[in-house]
Amino acid sequence: MSALGGAAAALQVVGVLAGAPLVVGGMRQVRARLEGRTGGGIAQPWRDLRKQLRKQQITPRGTTVVFALAPAVVAGSTLLIAAIVPLIALGSPLDSVADLFGVVGLLFLGTVALTLAGLDTGTAFGGMGSSREITIAALVEPTILLAVFALSVPGHSANLAAIVTGTTHNPGQVLTPGSLLAFVALIIVIIAETGRLPVDNPTTHLELTMIHEAMILEYAGPKLALVEWASAMRLTVLLALVANLFLPWGIAGADPSLLTIVLGVAAITIKVVVLASLLAAGEVFIAKLRLFRVPELLAGSFLLALLAVTASYVLAASN
Amino acid sequence: MSWLAKIRRVGRMVEPAGEAPEVTVAPPTGVTGSLQLRHVDSGSCNGCELEIAGAFSPVYDAERFGARLVASPRHADAVLATGVVTHNMRQPLLNTLNAVPEPRLVIAVGDCACNGGVFTKGYGVVGPVGDVIPVDVHVPGCPPTPPQIIAALRTVTGR
Amino acid sequence: MLPAPVGGPVPERHVGAEAALSGGLTSLLGAAGLALGLSVIFGDPRHLRIGWLLPLVGVSFDLDPLGGVFVAATGAVSVAVGVYSVGYAKRGRWARLPMVTLPLFVAGLLLVPAAGSVTTFLLSWELMAATSLVLVLSEHRRDAVRSAGAFYAVMTQLGFVAILLALVILAAAGGGDTFATIAAHAPGLTSGTRTTVFLLTLVGFGSKAGLLPLHAWLPKAHPEAPSPVSALMSAAMVNMGIYGIIRIDLQLLGPGPHWWGLTLMIFGALSAVFGVLQASVATDLKQLLAYSTTENMGLVTLALGAAALLSSSGAPAVAAIAMTAALLHLLSHAAFKSLGFLAAGSVLSATGLRDLDKLGGLARRMPATTVLFGIAALGASGLPLGAGFASEWLLFQSLIHSPHDSNTVLALAMPLSVGAVALTTGLGIAAMVKAFGVGFLARPRTAAAGAAREAPASMLAGMSLAAAACTVFAVAPVLLGPTLRHVLGELPTLGGSAEGPALGTILRLPGVAGSISPGLLAAALVIAILLAVGIARWSTRHRPPATETALWACGADALGPRMQYTATSFAEPLQRVFDDILRPDTDVEITHFAESQYLVEKVTYRTRLDDPVEQRFYTPVVRAVRMWAQLVRRAHNGSIHLYLTYGALWMLIVLLVAK
Repeated sequence: MSALGGAAAALQVVGVLAGAPLVVGGMRQVRARLEGRTGGGIAQPWRDLRKQLRKQQITPRGTTVVFALAPAVVAGSTLLIAAIVPLIALGSPLDSVADLFGVVGLLFLGTVALTLAGLDTGTAFGGMGSSREITIAALVEPTILLAVFALSVPGHSANLAAIVTGTTHNPGQVLTPGSLLAFVALIIVIIAETGRLPVDNPTTHLELTMIHEAMILEYAGPKLALVEWASAMRLTVLLALVANLFLPWGIAGADPSLLTIVLGVAAITIKVVVLASLLAAGEVFIAKLRLFRVPELLAGSFLLALLAVTASYVLAASN
Repeated sequence: MSWLAKIRRVGRMVEPAGEAPEVTVAPPTGVTGSLQLRHVDSGSCNGCELEIAGAFSPVYDAERFGARLVASPRHADAVLATGVVTHNMRQPLLNTLNAVPEPRLVIAVGDCACNGGVFTKGYGVVGPVGDVIPVDVHVPGCPPTPPQIIAALRTVTGR
Repeated sequence: MLPAPVGGPVPERHVGAEAALSGGLTSLLGAAGLALGLSVIFGDPRHLRIGWLLPLVGVSFDLDPLGGVFVAATGAVSVAVGVYSVGYAKRGRWARLPMVTLPLFVAGLLLVPAAGSVTTFLLSWELMAATSLVLVLSEHRRDAVRSAGAFYAVMTQLGFVAILLALVILAAAGGGDTFATIAAHAPGLTSGTRTTVFLLTLVGFGSKAGLLPLHAWLPKAHPEAPSPVSALMSAAMVNMGIYGIIRIDLQLLGPGPHWWGLTLMIFGALSAVFGVLQASVATDLKQLLAYSTTENMGLVTLALGAAALLSSSGAPAVAAIAMTAALLHLLSHAAFKSLGFLAAGSVLSATGLRDLDKLGGLARRMPATTVLFGIAALGASGLPLGAGFASEWLLFQSLIHSPHDSNTVLALAMPLSVGAVALTTGLGIAAMVKAFGVGFLARPRTAAAGAAREAPASMLAGMSLAAAACTVFAVAPVLLGPTLRHVLGELPTLGGSAEGPALGTILRLPGVAGSISPGLLAAALVIAILLAVGIARWSTRHRPPATETALWACGADALGPRMQYTATSFAEPLQRVFDDILRPDTDVEITHFAESQYLVEKVTYRTRLDDPVEQRFYTPVVRAVRMWAQLVRRAHNGSIHLYLTYGALWMLIVLLVAK
C-alpha cells in the first residue's frame, strides 16, 4: 500500500459522495428524456440535498436513538464500502480488512439499520416498509452470496483485489456461462437492494406500494438528506462494484501513479454512467411487480446464481 | 421495439418554458431551484387536482423548474392546498402543516382555496385556506391552468 | 405474572440469601470449570480415576483440549448465569428445589466433556438430563410447563437409549470401557459396527443438539424453563450433543467414509434452514431464541460435516478452516444465545410477557436490557460487528475453497451448502430484527409492557459478562486463536494435521488468499459513521432550531400504540412465501348483526403455527406406538402364573444367548 494508493481510496470516498447525487440525477434525466419531458437537470438532487440540510431537525415523539442514528449508520456503512471496494485503484489500505463477504455484510448492516428505524417510528407505514424490506433482504442474501461464490471460484479467493486482478489477466473469464449468469443475478440483486423498478418504485406516492420510501416517511431535514444521499451512494457503489468485477479494464494497479489514477477515475465514471443509463432506460419499459410476485423474481435470480456456481465448478474442474 | 420507435417519433413534447417570472416569495432555505410540495385536498371538487396533474405531466413538466410532489409532509417545503376547508378537514390540514419542517410555505391553488369560490356559504365549510393556515402564495382560477400554476411555482423556486 | 412459591406459606424464608448462595455456587463452579478447561487447553491433559465410586469399572475422567474447550465454554456461561440468577431467583421467589438443582446441573454439564469412560459418560449424561428436567419443571403449576416437561423427558430418555446402545456396542467391540482403549482398538472395528454406532449417536446426540427431525423438544422446553436455565440449556447443554458427535464419531471412530460428512452436512443444513424459518415467524420471544438455537447447531453440524467431508476428500487445509469455523461458531453462539435468553428473562420478569405482539417501548423503560439484547441480536444475525460474523466468514471461506478436481459429491454439496447458509443468514437477520425492533423499540403495545422497570444490578451484571464475551468475539476473535489451534491439534481426522487459519488482528487463511479483520472493520465503521454525522452537520448555521413534535399520522389526530406493526404482521410476508413448509392454521370467524346478514359486527382472526415436523413425523409415530401398546396389553391379563412364566422364559433366553 503506497501513499498514492491511500489517496486513491480517499478519492473513491469523495468521488462517491460527490457523484452519487449526480448519478441519480442522470438516471432521472434519462427517464425524463425518454418520457418526452425536460426533467430537472442532473444537478437537481444536489439542489434538493443542499436544501434539505438547511431545514429544521425534527425528533418525532416516541422514537429512540435508533431512529436518530440510523441515517448515519446507513451512510457510514456505504462510505466504508466505497473505501474498500476497488473503484479507482486496487491498492486500498482496507483491502485486507474486508473481502466480498465483508462488503455484503456491511450492505446488510445498513439495510438493518434503516429497517429498525422504520419500526422505531411506531407508525403503521414504517412497520409495513420495514416488514417488506426485510423480506426482500432475506431472500436476496442467498443470491448475492452465491454470486460472490461464483466470482470467487476462478481466482480461488473472495478478496476483491484478487478477483479484479484475475479478471484483468483472463478477459475470457467474463464470457463464461458462470460469469454471465452471475452478472444477471447481481443486477437483479442490485435492483432489489436499492429499491428500483420492478421491485420498488422510487417515485411512488401510494404508501401501500412503497417499500423503501415507507420506512423514511418520518425523516425530515438533515436526516432525510443523509438517508437520500446514502441511497444514492449505495446505488452508485453497487453499480461501480459490478462494473469493476466484470469489466475491470482501466482500473489503476496496486501501486498507482498519478496518471493511472486519473485514467481510473475516467474509466469508472464512464462505466457507472453507462450502467446507470441502461438501468434507467430499462425502467421506462417495466412496471412494478406485485409485492407477492417479488419472491418469485428473487427465487429465479437465486436459481441463476446456483447455476452460475455449478457451471463455474464444472468448467474449472474440466480445465 | 415499437415503444422505442414511438419515443423517437414523439421526441420532446414539452411546452416551451418562457420567461421566468420575478421571485415574489423567497425560496425557503434560500436554495433556488428546489421546492418539494405536499398536496392536501381539504375539500375540492378535484378540478384543481387535475390541473396540478397536468402541470406535472410531460406536456407542462413542472419538474424542470425544481418543483416535485412528495408523499410525506416531512419531506416537503410547501403545502399545496386545494379546495375550500371543510369541517372534517380542518384539523388534518393543520396537522399536515405542523408536520412540515421549517422553513415552510403554503400555496393555495384555485378560487376555492383563495377565497371560498363557489362553496363560500356552504354549511360544511369553515372557509378558505387562509382562514385556517397562513397562505404565502395565491393561485386564483377555477381551475387555474397548468401554465398559471407553474408560473406561481416559479415565483417561489426562482428558476 | 410471577410464579407462585411452591408449598404452603414458608415462614421467614430468606429468598435473597438462598438465591445468592445458589447463584454464587453456580458461578464458582463455572469459574472453576473455566480455569480447568483453559489449563488443560494450554497445558497438559488431566486424568482422574475414582475406582471405588462404581462397582466393577469405577469412574474415570480424562480431560484433553477437546473436552477442555467445552468445559471452559460451559464454565464461562455458568459464571454469567450464576451472577444473573442471584437477582432473578430472588425476584421470581424460586422454591428451594430449583435453587439446589442449578449448581448440580452445572456440575453435570462440566462432567460430561471430562468423562473418560463409557460408564462415566453415561452417568454424567443422566445427571445432566435429570437435573435439567427438574429445572424445566420449576414452575410446574402451569399446564404448559407440565406438558413441555413431559415431552422433554420422553425425548431426552429416548435419546439416552440411543446413546446407551451406541456406546455399549462401541465398548463391546472396542474391547474396553475407557475411551483410550476404544481409540486404540478403533481401526479394527468392522464397518457394520461403525455405521451402527454412527447412526445411533447421530440420533441420540443430534436430538440433544436440537437437530432435525428430533428437535421438537427445544421450542417447547426452552421457553417454559426459567430464563437462567434456558440460557444454560441453549448455550451449554446443546453443546454436549455436538461434543458427543465430535468425540465419538469424528475422533474415536477415526476418519469416516464420505457419507458420514455428507449426512452431517444434510442434517445440519436442514436444521439450520428449518430452525431459522420457524424463528422468523415465531412471536414468542423465548421460542424465537430456542428455534435460533436449532439453527445455530445446524450451522455447527454443517461445518463439522464439511470438515469431515473435506478431510476425507484429501483437503486437510480447507478442513481445518471448516473445523475452526465450527468451534468458533459454537463458542460465539454460547455467548450471544446466553445473553439473549438472559435479556429475555429480564423482560419476562419486568413485564410478565414473552409475547412480542404485546411488548414494545422497552428502550425507554429498560435501556440497559435493550442495549444488551441488541448486542445478542446483532451476534445472532451474523452481521459485521456481531459475535457471529467471524465464524460465518470462516464457514463461507471453507465452503468456497473446496477443491474442484474431486468428486461430484463435493461439487454439488458445496454450492448447495452455501445457498443454505446464505438463506439461513438472511432469515436470521429477519428474525432478530423482528425480535429487537418489535419487542424493544417504538411504543408499548400493552399496559404491562408500559409498566416495565429495569432489572436489578445482579441481573445486569450477569448480562454484562455475557455481553463482554460477545464483544470479544465481535471485534477481537484473535484472543481465541491459540485456544482453537490447540483444540484443532487434537483432531487429525478433521484437518488438525494442517495449519489452521491464523486468527490475528487480521484473520488470514494459509494457502488461500482471504483475509478479514473484524476489529479493524469495526473501527473503520465507527470512523465512517462519524464522518456521516459530520456531513449532516453541514449548513447547521442556516437551520431553524430543532424541535420535537408528534408523529405524522397521515393527518389523523393520534396514533394509538395498537396501530403499530406487531411481530405477526411483520413476519406475514415471509410466512406467505414459505406457506407450504410452515402450514399455518388460520381461522377467520365473521359475526354478522342479528338484524342484517349484510352488516358485519365482528371479525375474529386466529392463526397458529405448529411445528410441521412434529405434526407430520411425530404424530404417526406416536399413533403407531399406541397401536402396538394396545396389542401388547393383551399379554397383561393379570394372572400371576402367566407373569412367572414370562420371567422364566426370558431368563432361559438370556442364558442361552450369553452362552
